[in-house]
Amino acid sequence: MGQTLARAAQWTSASDGGEGKLEFTPINESILNSIIKFVEAFPGKHPQEAQMPFKKPLQWKTSLEASSFSGGYEQTDDGIKSSTTDKEDNPLLVLEGEILKVSSLDQVNAVLKIAADKKMHEARCVLEANRDPLVNILGDSFASVEGEDSATVRLLEQIQKEEGDAKEEKEVKLKVALIVQQFDTQLMSQSIKEIAKEVRLRPEQVEREVTLLKSFSGEDENCVLESIKYTSDYVFANGCRAPPWRQVHGEICYLRVQPHDGDSFYVTTATAGAFIIKTTKKSKKKNTGQQKLEPSLKWKNLGMANMEEEEKQQKEKKDKEKEKKKKVVKEKRYSRKSGHGDRKPKTPAQEEEDFSESSSESEEEEETLDRRQESNADLPSEYWQIQKLVKYLKGGNQTATIIALCSMRDFNLTQETCQLAIRDVGGLEVLINLLETEDIKCKKTRISDKIPVTDLTPDEEYLVDPQTERLQIGSLKILREISQNFHIRRAIADLGGLQTMVEILKSPNKELKCLAAETIANVARFRRARRTVRQHGGIKKLVGLLDCAPLDSDPVNPEVEKDIEVARSGALALWSCSKMTKNKHAIRKAGGIPLLAQLLKSPHENMLIPVVGTLQECASEQSYRLAIRTEGMIEDLVKNLNSDNEELQMHCASAIFKCAEEKETRDLVRQYGGLDPLVGLLSKSENKELLAAATGAIWKCAISPENVQRFQELKAIEMLVGLLNDQPEEVLVNVVGALGECAQEPSNRLAIRKAGGIPPLVNLLTGTNQALLVNVTKAVGACATEPDNMTVIDKLDGVRLLWSLLKNQNPEVQASAAWAICPCIENAKDAGEMVRSFVGGLELIVSLLKSEHMEVLSSVCAAIANIAKDEENLAVITDHGVVPMLAKLTPMTDDKLRRHLADAIARCCMWGNNRVSFGQHGAVAPLVKYLKSPNKDVHRATAEALFQLSKDPENCITMHENGVVKVSYDIYS
Amino acid sequence: MSGLKKKPEKQLTDLLCKETHFRREEIEKLIQIFKKLLIDTNKNDTLKQESLKLDRTIFRDILHNTFHMTDDMLMDRVFRAFDKDSDSYICLQEWVKGLSVFLQGTVDEKTQYCFDVYDLNSDGYISREEMFHMLKNSMVKQPTEEDPDEGIKDLVELTLKKMDHDHDGRLSYKDFKSSVVIEPLLLEAFGQCLPDNKSKDAFVKTFSDCDGQQADTSKKGKK
Repeated sequence: MGQTLARAAQWTSASDGGEGKLEFTPINESILNSIIKFVEAFPGKHPQEAQMPFKKPLQWKTSLEASSFSGGYEQTDDGIKSSTTDKEDNPLLVLEGEILKVSSLDQVNAVLKIAADKKMHEARCVLEANRDPLVNILGDSFASVEGEDSATVRLLEQIQKEEGDAKEEKEVKLKVALIVQQFDTQLMSQSIKEIAKEVRLRPEQVEREVTLLKSFSGEDENCVLESIKYTSDYVFANGCRAPPWRQVHGEICYLRVQPHDGDSFYVTTATAGAFIIKTTKKSKKKNTGQQKLEPSLKWKNLGMANMEEEEKQQKEKKDKEKEKKKKVVKEKRYSRKSGHGDRKPKTPAQEEEDFSESSSESEEEEETLDRRQESNADLPSEYWQIQKLVKYLKGGNQTATIIALCSMRDFNLTQETCQLAIRDVGGLEVLINLLETEDIKCKKTRISDKIPVTDLTPDEEYLVDPQTERLQIGSLKILREISQNFHIRRAIADLGGLQTMVEILKSPNKELKCLAAETIANVARFRRARRTVRQHGGIKKLVGLLDCAPLDSDPVNPEVEKDIEVARSGALALWSCSKMTKNKHAIRKAGGIPLLAQLLKSPHENMLIPVVGTLQECASEQSYRLAIRTEGMIEDLVKNLNSDNEELQMHCASAIFKCAEEKETRDLVRQYGGLDPLVGLLSKSENKELLAAATGAIWKCAISPENVQRFQELKAIEMLVGLLNDQPEEVLVNVVGALGECAQEPSNRLAIRKAGGIPPLVNLLTGTNQALLVNVTKAVGACATEPDNMTVIDKLDGVRLLWSLLKNQNPEVQASAAWAICPCIENAKDAGEMVRSFVGGLELIVSLLKSEHMEVLSSVCAAIANIAKDEENLAVITDHGVVPMLAKLTPMTDDKLRRHLADAIARCCMWGNNRVSFGQHGAVAPLVKYLKSPNKDVHRATAEALFQLSKDPENCITMHENGVVKVSYDIYS
Repeated sequence: MSGLKKKPEKQLTDLLCKETHFRREEIEKLIQIFKKLLIDTNKNDTLKQESLKLDRTIFRDILHNTFHMTDDMLMDRVFRAFDKDSDSYICLQEWVKGLSVFLQGTVDEKTQYCFDVYDLNSDGYISREEMFHMLKNSMVKQPTEEDPDEGIKDLVELTLKKMDHDHDGRLSYKDFKSSVVIEPLLLEAFGQCLPDNKSKDAFVKTFSDCDGQQADTSKKGKK
């Protein structure tokens, strides 16, 4: 207990009393309690050891009266002494005045017993008077000291030497020592746990620590870190930097840390500690154990601590902080997403630089990479060899250049070291320069015409050496390979390589065109490159490449074969470029669609993949969807669904997914027999991309009831339900979407329940993916229209989950959840009671009437109309001010909203003087205008609402003033 | 021209028509060009059957002006490759046959032709020394370099590493041919000895009636 008392227990500063006092804190309390329990249990467990007399009595000022000692104690002049004595006949307990001296654990125990409810006080006094009780019990050699404690070992050695009684005595001593030490360790770990509960970081502490770490950061290798900075410069009044909605979770700020020996990482500091944000790219799995805690956090009491100690502690603290920051705690993705100023996480399906121009990000990457290169002294041998070759490229004439180009291709250009070596030694510039040969050639021809051969010096000869396509081909062959690399792609674009390559597309040389197009296909994988291609007229030229001889004839002729190859490379390049809306338009304007349609009939997979890939990308545009349908491409897409190539199947399914937004397309897919292969693809559960595309296509196709019927026959529902578990979110979104569409058909709702689909669906309501939530709520809502299903949903507490989704940030989710709630209320048993059981639920839904989104408003009105069926709930929502809010919405013109709004008003009229208040809030006049709407549903609901409102005479007057009679007459005549 | 002269010419044309990639009309045009070249240079002389020969200077001028060749040595080698009988003159037959390979040769023909050009001493091998000789002007002289030839030597080694498949330190025709099959760019590995597309097309236009298109079709026919 020595160590614990010295470290964990909190002492008041020794200066203010001469003797240090134990503070009245929960930690001390629990330490004292443990010690008391230990002492009380001691004589029972170790009777012999308890008898052992102390080396020096424990001595303290007691509050116990002499009179309370009885039995086994003798009265003396000014106190009492115990009848039990040690070997020298010294009593084991002596009370002289207020001073109590005790020399065995047995007696300590007795004192505690006598003290009864004051034992805590006594124990406190004992420990305050004897800071290190072990010294008294066993002797000075057992004093608590820093570092290694060899007292026990020494004692053991002594025991081995001694004989007889003395040995026995020492053995007892050793036992006591061991028991006490064990207890000490136990006590220490327990108090650490206690401290752990208490430790909380505060913004000021974090600020201080970060400042400290900053002062130890720098480029220098000797520094602790390279850099540490906040992700946000804005500081809230409370010192936090995290956005307010994260502050409620205890988060204080976010840091970006760049260590010397690794990639940068992000740290969230919260009141509970500092956590590394786990990035999806590289999971740094260091021990995920409990947070490292600082038992020495209560330094504030060390007022007198000298400077040296302080310094040491600071260092200690820093180390701990560092350790702490390395700890990984699984932070959910969404918490990171909402972290303000953070990078957006990418979904894995998205291509690396797909839509977001993540230039800042990549620049960072590049910088770190360059640094690595510089610092790396031992470069691979390839680096030097490539450097030499580049020298020939730079300084050689055509002949030397060709040899160097060919030699360069002997390196493994798919390897990143080689790719970057070429860039780092300036090879890219030369390679791109070699492409720009056209103008130079003309110039040179003219020069050579004028100057007689013999007058040319070797240098001039080099200058006028006519460069040819051979150089371009050689250079492009290399560029095509190395442009697989992300950094090289950017470098090529930066050096203006794209412009030149677009020029080359005009060349009559087919091989050259192919190479240029394939290289463009590689480079144009990021936004800026795609734009460059378009701006230099590349799209038009690429579309031109697609125009080749009819494909159905077997390409026996090598020229035709070359043409097909050109078309294929053109399609590849267009595929890369088509990931940008403006490029899609450009392809269409250049007349690419009929050409793609023609190529789609090709029997070759390597041709079909880029063609379908391009179509699939472009199908996000309405104009393409129309064209794909009218050019008869659906048939070919369906045909290729039956291909053996999974990539091709995936692109076809994906194209259908996008195109099937339109009813005609859905019908065509069915007519060409596309539904069967789509369902067949559901069994390919190992290829997630394919699965996502296939389920997506099924989802969209299921919008047509005829298709649902076919799916039913193919037992697709059961297969889809089977896919609800263990699938990535991209697949789940589509699977759930498909189920949602299928569930519009009553018999399928039954099928879903029978296949056990409801529990996983309800389970998905707890997810975070917005697109998924929209679909899940829709599916659950559709299922809830069946009373039997509703029982299951209710049992799983699905309605509560739906309700909680009303709090979601995304209005689409809100609307979808509100729509789903409607059938739930309709079909649940005792719906009123259920709704009331959601604490704050009614207030929440009423507050959504303030939303700016039409769909949310419509859905919430529909939900309110359902809620208001229960009188008690109607009373509650009336209290929450539903009437003025509904009245405020009446001037809206959206027919869907009007219908549900009128419904809600009609229902809400049933309570108290709501009719009157609707009138007072001016809801009546706009309602009358609803009758002019062309929509019958609006008329029905409005008529209902007007009927209810007309029970108040004031309202009748307003209606009449607004010409209700005439409008009604117009409708019904 | 007399009928006597025309007769052997006709026979020659028939022969060439079989042995080259040209059509009859093209051969006739080429013969005209050949004669015109001679007339241009020897304005005073009347042409005789036996003097229908191009000498080295005229041929080199054609290579330079029409096909933009610049390397002295290689032009000389091209002349020798045309001059099959090594009499330092190019006769009508050599002219047409040579141009057939030069302008419209198959890959095999061109490979053989290039190898012949590069095999300076015609011993059937391209040796290190020959390569060095052909490549010595291929680098811009770097004043900083101690030994200006060092770079060239390295380049020769690089080439050997790339092309010498049987590792005997020299290139046989087999080595050369297999290298070209693997990497067509290496056809003119040691300097330009074939016309570039532009000047070729331009020249073909001068003797083909309906420009390059017909030349193309004729080529296809042969294949």
